[in-house]
Amino acid sequence: MMTENVTQLNKSNIIKTIGSMLCLCLLGMIVCSTALAGGLDAFAGKKGTIAIAGGTAHIPVMKKAARAIMTANPDIRITVAGGGSGVGIQKVGEGLVDIGNSGRKASDAEVARYGLVMFPFAIDGVATVIHAKNPVDSLTAAQVRDIFAGRITNWKDVGGPDAAINLYSRDESSGTRAVYWKKLLKKGPIAVSANIVPSNGAMKSAVSRDLHGIGYVSIGHLDKTVKAPKLEGVAVNQQTAMDGTYPVVRKLYMNTKGRPTGLVKAFVDYVTGPDCVEIITASGFIPIQ
Amino acid sequence: MSAGSHISSPIPARIVIAVSAWISAAVVLSIFLFLAWFCRPLLDTTVLSSLLSWDWRPFQGDFGILSMLTGSLLLASSSMLLAFPVGMGICCFVHGVGPPGPARLVLWTIKLMTSVPTVVYGFVAVFVLVPLLRDVFREGSGFSLLAAILGLAVLVLPTVVLMLHSQFLTIEPQVRLTAAALGMAPSQKLLHLVIPASGRGFLAAAILGLGRALGDTMIPLMLAGNAAQLPGSVFDSIRTMTAHIALVVATDSRSLAYLSLFACGLLLFMTTALINLGLRMLAGNRENGS
Repeated sequence: MMTENVTQLNKSNIIKTIGSMLCLCLLGMIVCSTALAGGLDAFAGKKGTIAIAGGTAHIPVMKKAARAIMTANPDIRITVAGGGSGVGIQKVGEGLVDIGNSGRKASDAEVARYGLVMFPFAIDGVATVIHAKNPVDSLTAAQVRDIFAGRITNWKDVGGPDAAINLYSRDESSGTRAVYWKKLLKKGPIAVSANIVPSNGAMKSAVSRDLHGIGYVSIGHLDKTVKAPKLEGVAVNQQTAMDGTYPVVRKLYMNTKGRPTGLVKAFVDYVTGPDCVEIITASGFIPIQ
Repeated sequence: MSAGSHISSPIPARIVIAVSAWISAAVVLSIFLFLAWFCRPLLDTTVLSSLLSWDWRPFQGDFGILSMLTGSLLLASSSMLLAFPVGMGICCFVHGVGPPGPARLVLWTIKLMTSVPTVVYGFVAVFVLVPLLRDVFREGSGFSLLAAILGLAVLVLPTVVLMLHSQFLTIEPQVRLTAAALGMAPSQKLLHLVIPASGRGFLAAAILGLGRALGDTMIPLMLAGNAAQLPGSVFDSIRTMTAHIALVVATDSRSLAYLSLFACGLLLFMTTALINLGLRMLAGNRENGS
């Protein structure tokens, strides 16, 4: 008799626990879905594919946005490819993709030829980088210009060790190079002897292994493997890029051929809208709102 | 059955072979025509003089690709000058100079090297060779003509060795009895009989090796530093035409910079063809003369 009572008590307890857990789960699901649905409502009931290509800095944001959308609506397929800013503009212009990303503004000639519409969605800074063990902590803009022009060739002239400076730059189609050259080097010369690397990643791996190297990467690529010396005493990070004290910044653009419609418009609205802020910040950029 | 059908119906086989040959030839020809077609704007003399100059500064309006042409030729010839003797040495080692055990091991290693993708050599060299050159010579960043020469020599080595090896394999049985009758040691047989009779093998090794060295993109792109300049020493950074194409392909497709890619492509094509023809003529003269 006693034992029976105990077991019944236990049973009802167990049922209660399971019941409350189920309730919690349901509640959680409701909360989650309402939270998610905010910006993704626009995709409800839609079908189709979006092809994206271009700037390599954009890829983390594009991938995370695509995953969120495709999780909410499995009928939508979004493909994200790289290639660089030039390729992005070319591909969208020729109608090969729906959205072409670029880390620079499309030139007037490109806009006129292809009828491009630009959608800036984030701000990215470009930082001067040196080897993590290089003792140089701060450079002036004039020093950086002299170094890249080949007028300063030894680290001891800027407070470093007595060693030749190894220059690393990017090819002319790079959006990162374009903004660095325009905003920091003031369109000054870059020494012909500078090594040319083909991507932000290659730049980081080259400079992180060269004790006497100097180059530049997108702030989104900064980490402990390289050091970003202060520019005119200003630390280089997302904060200073956002409040404007660090001047070497650019916008990241999505470009479409003509005004986007349907699914592509929904995607552009989602990335430029309030629901993508977290994704953009987590990728190391500053959202444009 | 299969042998019988081959003998009884040689015509279909001959047709298949002829068709494949014509298709291959047509592909090569159409690539050439395609390149030539896209190079039409080059016929303008101002454009041509701009491209055939030494300075590559697109933002200042200089689109010279001569330093890339020089870079390609310098790199390909230097790496072949290194790989050819080494390859010949390895081949002699495999064919009688070395003991049979290590010889088999060496040959096996060389065959294995053919299956290693270029990018792997490039990747390893970036992490090992470049820092080593930088630390040992204390001259520049390590990304240099020298780094690319060493990397490319490793890449073309199997081509040289295996071409020579297959030639030695066909010559050896022909001279075996003679060598045995004269009481020659394996090294004497190699030096006096096999090598003098292997002219065609040397020619093929040189043509294929140079073609591979000239056409490779990944090694120069990853190791040579890509500065569009004439090198003053082997420690200077250079850019080859292949690396130039890979780097610049993303620029505005209507610009002169983009046009320079087609000029590079055409130059690469013609250089390879000229080297091929030149070496064949050289070999032809030698055979006629002897």
